[in-house]
Amino acid sequence: MNELVELLVKSLVDKPDQVSVQAVEGDRSTVLELRVAPEDMGKVIGKQGRIARAIRTIVKAAASKEGKKVVVEIM
Amino acid sequence: MRELVRSARTTEEAIEAALEELGLSKDEVEVEVLEEPNKGLFGFLGVKDATVKVKECANPEKKAVKILNDIFSCMKLEVDITISEIDGRTLINLNGPDLGILIGRRGDTLDAIQYYINLAANKNAEKRVRFIIDVEGYRRRREETLSNLAHRLADKAKRKGKDVVLEPMNPHERRVIHTALQNNKDVFTYSEGEEPYRKIIIAPKA
Repeated sequence: MNELVELLVKSLVDKPDQVSVQAVEGDRSTVLELRVAPEDMGKVIGKQGRIARAIRTIVKAAASKEGKKVVVEIM
Repeated sequence: MRELVRSARTTEEAIEAALEELGLSKDEVEVEVLEEPNKGLFGFLGVKDATVKVKECANPEKKAVKILNDIFSCMKLEVDITISEIDGRTLINLNGPDLGILIGRRGDTLDAIQYYINLAANKNAEKRVRFIIDVEGYRRRREETLSNLAHRLADKAKRKGKDVVLEPMNPHERRVIHTALQNNKDVFTYSEGEEPYRKIIIAPKA
């Protein structure tokens, strides 16, 4: 699932080489910690979090296919 | 947007060098010749290299298809992508087995993919393309369902002489309902509430 988040985010930002995703396994769900360059923050969050919400929705759908629970956290 | 300035003995060589460095083909770039080459007098006096500026010209449609293909291979989905134009927008229809997860509850996931692709594929584009993304004609079917629902609820509002409140819908779906009942003699429609909980009310005309 890391690859998917990375892929989604890299097409949105100006500095794709500074995108990193780290998976933190919890007991019930996996948290994917997303880090981007500070100036790219707005590009992954969007107005009223709209872009962040779209990314989360897509990732959630992909995770549900594999029967997993995944949360994307923007750090 | 990436661009490069390269010089070489001839214009062609300069363009080729730039393309190789950018990893692009000729139809993906815009070329501007900054300086024409000059062979000079007797091949040594006033010899000038050709200088060209090669600019990546993002093609949103190609980019959209590439990003979608990357996403689907990441999700291990087999998806067939077809593209068509409607009303100046680009419709991308996705077909394949088990694509229900791409639609999600009431098209939530589909809307998210559509929103995302409109951003990602148009990034750095000079001319934006508006994308509509559909899975197996879901949006068209949903429009029919909504318009049928609208007519049924309009009858109910008229019969009971009371307002009928619909569940929250996104702007596109509300538009379908408003349009369906626009010329209805017995009812009128309006929306109430704030996004994303904005909903339609069908009210009987007094």
